[in-house]
Order: sequence, then C-alpha cells, then structure tokens
Amino acid sequence: METVQRPHRDNLIRWAKDRPEVLVLSADLTASCEADGFREAYPDRFFSMGMAEQNMLSFAAGLAREGFTPYLHSFAVFLTRRSFDQVAMSIAYPNLPVRLIGFLPGITTAGGVTHQAIDDIALMRILPNMTVLECGDATDVESVLDVAQAINGPVYVRMLRGEVPRLFDPAEPMQFDQARILSEGTDLAVLSSGICTEEAMRATQALRERGLLIVHLHVSTLKPFTDPQIVAAISNARRGVITMENHSIIGGLGSAVAELMAEHVVGKRLIRIGLRDTYAHGASRPYLMREYGLDTLALVRAVEELSGEPLGLTEETLAEVRLDTIRPTEKTEDL
Amino acid sequence: MSHTTPDSVSAVAAAVRRRVLEHTLKNNGGYLSQACSSAEILATLYLRVMRLGSSTAPLVPRRFAGVPSASNPDAFTGADYNGSRTPELDRFIFSPVHYALVLYSLLIELGRLGANALDEFNQDGSTVELIGAEHSPGHEVTAGSLAQALSQAGGIALARRLRGDTGRVWVFMSDGECQEGQTWEAFAALAHHRIGNLGVYIDANAQQCDGPMTSVMTIEPLAERLRAFGAEVHEVDGHDPDALAAPAAMTTMPRERPLVVIARTDPCRGLERLRERAPKLHYVRFQPGQEFETYQALLADLEAN
Repeated sequence: METVQRPHRDNLIRWAKDRPEVLVLSADLTASCEADGFREAYPDRFFSMGMAEQNMLSFAAGLAREGFTPYLHSFAVFLTRRSFDQVAMSIAYPNLPVRLIGFLPGITTAGGVTHQAIDDIALMRILPNMTVLECGDATDVESVLDVAQAINGPVYVRMLRGEVPRLFDPAEPMQFDQARILSEGTDLAVLSSGICTEEAMRATQALRERGLLIVHLHVSTLKPFTDPQIVAAISNARRGVITMENHSIIGGLGSAVAELMAEHVVGKRLIRIGLRDTYAHGASRPYLMREYGLDTLALVRAVEELSGEPLGLTEETLAEVRLDTIRPTEKTEDL
Repeated sequence: MSHTTPDSVSAVAAAVRRRVLEHTLKNNGGYLSQACSSAEILATLYLRVMRLGSSTAPLVPRRFAGVPSASNPDAFTGADYNGSRTPELDRFIFSPVHYALVLYSLLIELGRLGANALDEFNQDGSTVELIGAEHSPGHEVTAGSLAQALSQAGGIALARRLRGDTGRVWVFMSDGECQEGQTWEAFAALAHHRIGNLGVYIDANAQQCDGPMTSVMTIEPLAERLRAFGAEVHEVDGHDPDALAAPAAMTTMPRERPLVVIARTDPCRGLERLRERAPKLHYVRFQPGQEFETYQALLADLEAN
C-alpha cells in the first residue's frame, strides 16, 4: 500500500496559493493540524487565535460575513463539541462559508477520550445548513478542499493527518454527495467511511475470494445523504447491509443508512460497526480497532452473521491481504 | 455626529423611555429597565459616535422571509436600517438582543423605522421580535446566545482592516456578558491582533436576570480587568451624552487596541417608581390594578412634559 506523508500540509499550501479569500485560523495546534506550511507561506492570511475555540468560531463567522473563507484548523473534538453553540449560532444559523477542518477522528489518536472525536459527525449532522465530509485516504485529503470550497454554507471536514494511505487514484478526486463504488455485488452491501474503508477493503477482497458478491461503497459525504447509488446498493443487497465507521454507531454513517433504509422501505438487516455507545481510551490505533471491533475481522464476523455461515477467515489469512491503490483498470476488472 | 447637541440626545433618550413604558403597559410586560439604563448610550452612539448612512430599509418592517440557507435567497439581516455598507462608514453590532425593544424604539425616534413599527412587536410572522434576531430592524448578527457578538464583530473588524476600510465597528454590550468566558477570549484576541478599529460600549447597569450582579457573580473591577486584557478603557456616567461621546471623539484612527467605554448606568433612570420593584428589574410586568394604573399615570405625565 502506497502511503503519503502529510498530504494536507502540502496540498493546503498549493491549493490556497491563488485564493486570497482563504484564511487559516488555528487554536494552538498549527503544526499538529498541518497548517504550519500555510503559516510560513502566507503569514498575512494566517491568524493564531490561541486556545480559545469559542472566540475563534465566532470570529471566523465575522470574517465570513465580510467575504473571506476561513479554514479553521484544530482537533475535531474542540471544533465540534467544546464550542457547539458557537458553531450553531454564529456559523450554521447564518449559513456562513466557514470550513471546520477537524483532525484526530475517532480512535486515530492515543490521546484518549479527550482527544478522540467519536460524536463529531453526529453533532455536525444535526445542525441545519451544515455539510459534513470525511476523508478516507490521501486522494480524499487532496481533493476535499475543492469540494468544501464549492459549497454555499458551512462545512465540517473530518480530516486525516500524518502518514495517510493512497487507496484511490489521484486522478479520481472526491465528489460531493457521491460515494466511491469499490466493488459490485448483490449478496451484501458494505458502506464504510474514513479509515474504516481501508479495513473494509481488506475484508471484501478476502470475502470475494470466498465467493461472496459484495457491493462496497466508500462514503465521504455524510450530509447531505442523498446519493442515489447508496439507495440502489442497499436495495439490491439480498442478505443485508453493513455500515462501518470510526465513530459512535449513534448519529453517524450507521444512523444515516438506517434512516435511509426506513424511508425507502428497505426491509432487511442492518449491522452497524462502530463504537457501540461507548467511550474509548488512550492506546494505539490497531489495538483500539481490535478492542472496539472496528477492524477487518469485525467486518468478517458481521458478514458471517448476515450470511449465516462461517467463512473460515482468520486473522492470519486477513493479514496476508495486500492492498494496492485502486486504479481505474483494476476497478473495471472487479466489476 | 458633532452637529447634534447634548439636548437632542437627551430628548431622544426620554422619548425612547416613554415609548418603551407605553409598550410595556400595552403589551403587559417588557424589558423596561434596560430602556432606563441604556437610552442615552444608544442615542449617543447613533447621534454622536457612529458614522452611519441613512437607512436603506423600509419604514414598515419586512415580514420574516425564512431562516438563512443555501436554498433561501430571500433571507436578510436588519443591518440596512443602519445604512448601506461602504468602506468609509461605521458598522453597528448589537449584542444584548433582549434590548431589542429599546433599539426599535430608538430607530423610530430617529426616523429609521416607522412610527407604528411596534404594532408588529412579538407578532407571529414579524421580524420585530421579542428577542432580536439578525433579521430584526437594526440587527446584523445572531447574538442572543450572549457574548458571541463581540467575537463576530472582531472578525468583521479584522476583515475590514484586511480590506483597508476606514470605517469602524461599534459594539453595544451588556455588563452581564462579561460573565461569559468568550468575552475574555475575544478581548484577548482583539488586543493580540491589535484590532483598533473596534469600539465597545457597555451598559453597566449592574443588573441581571437573577438580580443584582454582585449577588449573582461579580465582574468588578471591570475597568481594571479590561485594561489588563489590553483595551483602552474609559468609565463614564452612562446618562451624560457629552461624557459618553468624548472617548470616541478623542481617539483617532489608526489605533492598535480596542476602545471600551464602560457606561455606569441606573436601571431606574427616568422612572423613579421602578426602584420599588428592585431587584426584580430584568423583565417588568405590572400587577393588574393599582400598579398598572400608577404607571399609566406616570406615562401620561411623561407625555405631557
């Protein structure tokens, strides 16, 4: 698997170069949120707001009212939960083009419960006017700013930092309200988001070899949630639907799919993989993904439950799965 | 503006008090003590401090056109009652929006709003709302969750500096908002980023919903606290138009720190009778019978003078 080091850091510098309306505001986590390159390149468009998120959010609203597009960089927990009323009243109600770039989604940090955003998507989804996007790989990271900037209103971006896998062809950027179809099939539908997509791809590859036809969608727009591909995939899946997210199973992707299934009278089983109404704690990502059931094995077990038969897949067989960046040709072969 | 005499500020302030009392009687309740405390501050801001253009909004308040959203091009703010946006002119950000009745009354006295605008106060489908919203006359931002307006004004002031505007941003606040942590985050940021094109007038009436601020959560010594946060602070008699106007007049642009005028006020100013209701002054509803009639008589006296 190809990985990219700090894709947001470089992309932000490149992307913002000829966009003078783009400002970056940061709350004392500038390098931690890969905005240090922007700060060095465009010091006149960077504003340090200190450890004071409430003020930063309302301040950004004022800048947005005057025609600027502030990109707020901080950890997701601080942008969404710590200062929720400021997001709702200063930014979301007036439908202002403020972009919240939230880092450390879910259990991607060893920082423990205070740093792990397990409810950020739920909080942002319930706000009228808010658009919610999530990145699952380096290509998503490099194209999400274009998607966000085109939206007339506030946007929450669940961002990845550091070493990020390249799952998708850079020539195929993230599209607004359009899932990526990673494999086709009518036995089961798997809808994954964020870092869970890489885990799901390891499982679906092994499951395909066992003869299961799985439609696998990578969802990057969590609100709005009106992509017809998603309705089609869940409607056609004979044995049921599985969602997989690095977030609480309440209020995120799993809930969005459940709402959609109910509204479209798709009467079949749904298994929601995610944090099962629990907080996590500080530990490594692989440990937490196993401990809280967010990994490849968790998806295999869910598939076994829906298909009603053991698949004979072990941790060892799954570890042997090698993932490569999906190129258009490979995807065609998959279909 | 300097051509306006102190007498006219006082006259406008008296008319605002009278109108708010009249409405409080008619409506069986109102934010009356806020009119008593802030009438001179707001009148001074509009008549002697802020450089605003004429209203570009209709005298008869617009009906509510729906909340802002990407699919609602009809949404508006009430900022056009304060004139058009130009680089040279000032902007007004109204923070304690439960004072809305006071601001509406002032806009009527100044001819920016029609004489009958209060007929729509708190009526369904009206923008003349009980607690001012950003679509309400004279309002520009969503401020009812208190202490968010100062930060928003800071963003507007910074944007204006980045654009090279010469106009300033004026914020009217209540003292109770100094209990919110966000207020202090905002003052820290204003000082750190040397935002000098912003001025704040605080109605320090020392009252809040639960009663006197000293019994709820003291914010004193307010002037020392604000100075320690990097603001230029003036403490004045909040009912003296000359004293209120002076700090704004003597500060010239460009400047590098926010200006704060702490206007020490009396929540019963001009309505001595109100003092017997203390400390229950936040929202006034007269008892039917004798109390109601007493205030009705007071209103008649005010109208006769």
